[in-house]
Amino acid sequence: MKVCIPAEINTDELRVAATPKTVLRLIKQGFEVFVEKDAGLKANFSNKEFTDSGATVLGTAKEIYATGDIILKVLAPGNQEIELMQKGQVLLSYLWPAQNPDLLERLSKKGVNAVAMDAIPRISRAQKMDVLSSMANIAGYRSVIESANYFGRFLNGQITAAGKVAPAKVLVIGAGVAGLAAIGTARSLGAIVRAFDTRMEVAEQIESMGAQFLTVDIEEDGSTDSGYSKVMSPAFIAAEMALFKKQAEEIDIIITTAQIPGRKAPVLVLKECVDTLKPGSVIVDLAASTGGNCELTKDGEIYTTDNGVIIVGKLSQLPSQASQLYGNNLCHLLDDMGKAENFKIDMEDDVVSRAMVTHNGAINWPPEPLPVSPQKKKEDITEEIDDAPTPEELSKKKAKSTLINLTFIGGFLLLLGMVAPAEFMQHFTVFVLSVFIGWQVIWNVSHSLHTPLMAVTNAISGIIVIGGLELFKNADIPLPLIILAAIAIFVASINIVGGFFVTHRMLKMFKK
Amino acid sequence: MIIDIKVLQTAAYLFASILFILSLGGLSSQESAKRGVIYGMAGMFIAIASTVAGLGEGVKAEAYMYIGVAIGVASLIGIVVARKVEMTGMPQLVAILHSFVGLAAVLVGYGSYMDHMAHITPEELQEAPHIIHLIEVFIGVFIGMITFVGSIIAWGKLDGKIRSKPLLIPGRHAINGLMVVACFVLCYFFCNAESIEDGMMYLYIMTAISTYIGFMMVMAIGGADMPVVVSMLNSYSGWAAAAAGFMLGNDLLIVTGALVGSSGAILSIIMCKAMNRSFISVISGGFGDAPVASGEREIVGEVTATTHSEVAELLKEANNIVIVPGYGMAVAKAQYPIHDLVQRLQKQGKKVCFAIHPVAGRLPGHMNVLLAEANVSYDIVLEMDEVNDDLPETDVVMVVGANDIVNPGALEDKSSPIYGMPVIEAWNAKQVIVMKRSMATGYAGVQNPLFFKDNTDMLYGDAKDSIDKINAAINEAALV
Repeated sequence: MKVCIPAEINTDELRVAATPKTVLRLIKQGFEVFVEKDAGLKANFSNKEFTDSGATVLGTAKEIYATGDIILKVLAPGNQEIELMQKGQVLLSYLWPAQNPDLLERLSKKGVNAVAMDAIPRISRAQKMDVLSSMANIAGYRSVIESANYFGRFLNGQITAAGKVAPAKVLVIGAGVAGLAAIGTARSLGAIVRAFDTRMEVAEQIESMGAQFLTVDIEEDGSTDSGYSKVMSPAFIAAEMALFKKQAEEIDIIITTAQIPGRKAPVLVLKECVDTLKPGSVIVDLAASTGGNCELTKDGEIYTTDNGVIIVGKLSQLPSQASQLYGNNLCHLLDDMGKAENFKIDMEDDVVSRAMVTHNGAINWPPEPLPVSPQKKKEDITEEIDDAPTPEELSKKKAKSTLINLTFIGGFLLLLGMVAPAEFMQHFTVFVLSVFIGWQVIWNVSHSLHTPLMAVTNAISGIIVIGGLELFKNADIPLPLIILAAIAIFVASINIVGGFFVTHRMLKMFKK
Repeated sequence: MIIDIKVLQTAAYLFASILFILSLGGLSSQESAKRGVIYGMAGMFIAIASTVAGLGEGVKAEAYMYIGVAIGVASLIGIVVARKVEMTGMPQLVAILHSFVGLAAVLVGYGSYMDHMAHITPEELQEAPHIIHLIEVFIGVFIGMITFVGSIIAWGKLDGKIRSKPLLIPGRHAINGLMVVACFVLCYFFCNAESIEDGMMYLYIMTAISTYIGFMMVMAIGGADMPVVVSMLNSYSGWAAAAAGFMLGNDLLIVTGALVGSSGAILSIIMCKAMNRSFISVISGGFGDAPVASGEREIVGEVTATTHSEVAELLKEANNIVIVPGYGMAVAKAQYPIHDLVQRLQKQGKKVCFAIHPVAGRLPGHMNVLLAEANVSYDIVLEMDEVNDDLPETDVVMVVGANDIVNPGALEDKSSPIYGMPVIEAWNAKQVIVMKRSMATGYAGVQNPLFFKDNTDMLYGDAKDSIDKINAAINEAALV
């Protein structure tokens, strides 16, 4: 199987669908890998690095599309790229099938089996192939770095000789993967972070990242089975807006990440909210490309509003990191599809059947919905009744049970003393005291010496040999008894010698 | 001055008892343990020598020959076996040695009865000392037989000759209970038997019943509970010896038997605590009773596989590494390459230690012995409790062939059959590498949510193979 990676023709796209590291993985999976010349340059991967990893560098896109069984791309292919493709070729890239029906049309006509990486269902098994998550993670990180760049102050609070600096307050709207990544990054830079999300279930995740969860006083849960949030009721949205406006009075940086798949992003930050912000505040809108969460966002632009608020509508992609993660996602998908040896398009598979948007000339979109799995069932947490006894009660209880035990033991011994002969009582005394000694001694044995302990007690229990020896004490013993005694002595002796020797051998091995 | 040989013998026995106690006490630390074994050997020598010397004038010369030959041949066998046995095979050896004690106890019981009946007068038949003696014989043979048969089954299971899956026949508790009651009844008849023939018959029937009990008891116990069974049988072998001491009126046997018996009992208790199981439920084969399938929670998440070179890379970055060995390490004999790996990592200035769960392996302390065999310094071999608190600061936890002892379900999932068992909380570390042959469940038959956690990567394959490859990868990296 040949895997080919063309260069991205869109000049704004810096990423590439494979890196030298992922090429190594692909080769390990059994694929032959071909990379178009200079495909990785914009992401800082040289042609030499690719050849060093075992890939073959081909000069033109034409050769690439002519060679490959599987094409790995980042952005959806343009018309001229589709022209170059072959029937039956497998394409893995972003496609945005919901927004691009005509693209699907063209791909299916060409007979290309296209997998939309952005349509990988959000189930646990497919997490490792989920490019939206891995890219969102980068965007979340970058959004904080970008905002820190435009923000004129420290993010962390400091007390210096030159005076005190208050920490910046960051508001993250939407706590998906990007939002959580942004929270984590902002927290690690020392900012005070608040976060808002319509899905109540993420409150715990937000708090676990160290941010404060903001909420409105209306009971409505925005979570859905798909894992994305739904559109909320007008009352809820009004309350939400009021909350943001109030927050805007003290917040320095707002990062918005709310996106609803296949639709325009919800407008959450209104003009009046922006007006409330202090001059020098920063808004980073990760939803800029789908319309923006902020009313004033301009896609692909960074500009300052009249009241001095900087609104960032474009982000650098961290091409090297992004390519690596994207490439890993692709590797995982190919791994899941059977690697080179057993490569197969399995339309029974939950993941493949949903992401494979064109298959054998037919369009396979939209897929049937699949509920996302990692949701905890909403269980009523039953409060455990706290009726643990106080230490005093415990010690009283203990004393009582000891008393009962002692009475019992005393009674038993009295009974035994009434029937048993003196000689037996004497032996019994020895026995009970020995048990106590053994009990005290053995608790001190170190855990690591438990095996030697077993071996040595084994050897010592070979003392039963004495029982065999004693049988010989009478002069006139019959033959069966001699045989019995001899066997008893024999097996017990194996025990003694074997047990001691093996213990000795073991202990010799223990050293500091 | 006339020296009474019997009194001298008692003195020798007392000295031997002291030596045995010191021997066990010596095991409280590695330094004093070697001395402890010497004490034990000395005690045993004194005990045997004084017994032989005290047999009296009536003994025929052949008797000494029989004794000499039996002890001589047995010693040779013992030495050969002790030298040849591999440390991974220790559980089997210990089990089979237990069976010998049981067998000897049975034989001594039979012998003692025959000897006793041959010398008794009809008038003595109704007297209390006689009855007590018979009860002692009865109990001695009963415990001895259970030890004998149980140990052989345990040996078979440990050696893989018998399937380690618990054999649970319906109503086994009732049947076992009935059997014990039958033994009580037999004991009554046995004590009132007029002739030696009648007595022997009752003894034979009881032996058969205790064979059955010993068989069923160990057959019903699953592989993961083996450490408990072995230590329990250890305990039984001690009680069998003590019972023999009672029937022979020999205090040394009683003392030693009681020491061994309580030692085994303590080990069983420690093991049971480590598994959060009650002793009773383990010995009656209670593990199979837990509703395994019904209450099991579905585990969400995905399993990520990793490669040897990635693990090597990870170890290169880590500063704090904890290794959690399990039975898989013993099976693969991976302790030697692990020692190499540890040395390599230590040379690079990393902190490496081992975390040992009390029930890891098939014998209490099994892992310690294996690591000691591979020359791992015992300073870096730590117990579960010593490690658990430090795990959040640990960079990498390598789980080598262990499963149930690192199962977070034991803490989180109330429906899990191992719920409540203390475990090594590997998942708290930054990264976990689990080396396993496959996704199969451990002996407890429970799926392990640890494998599905985000910070867990699976490295499939034989443990020794995997470690060898990681070693090679680290070497390569060092050369470049």
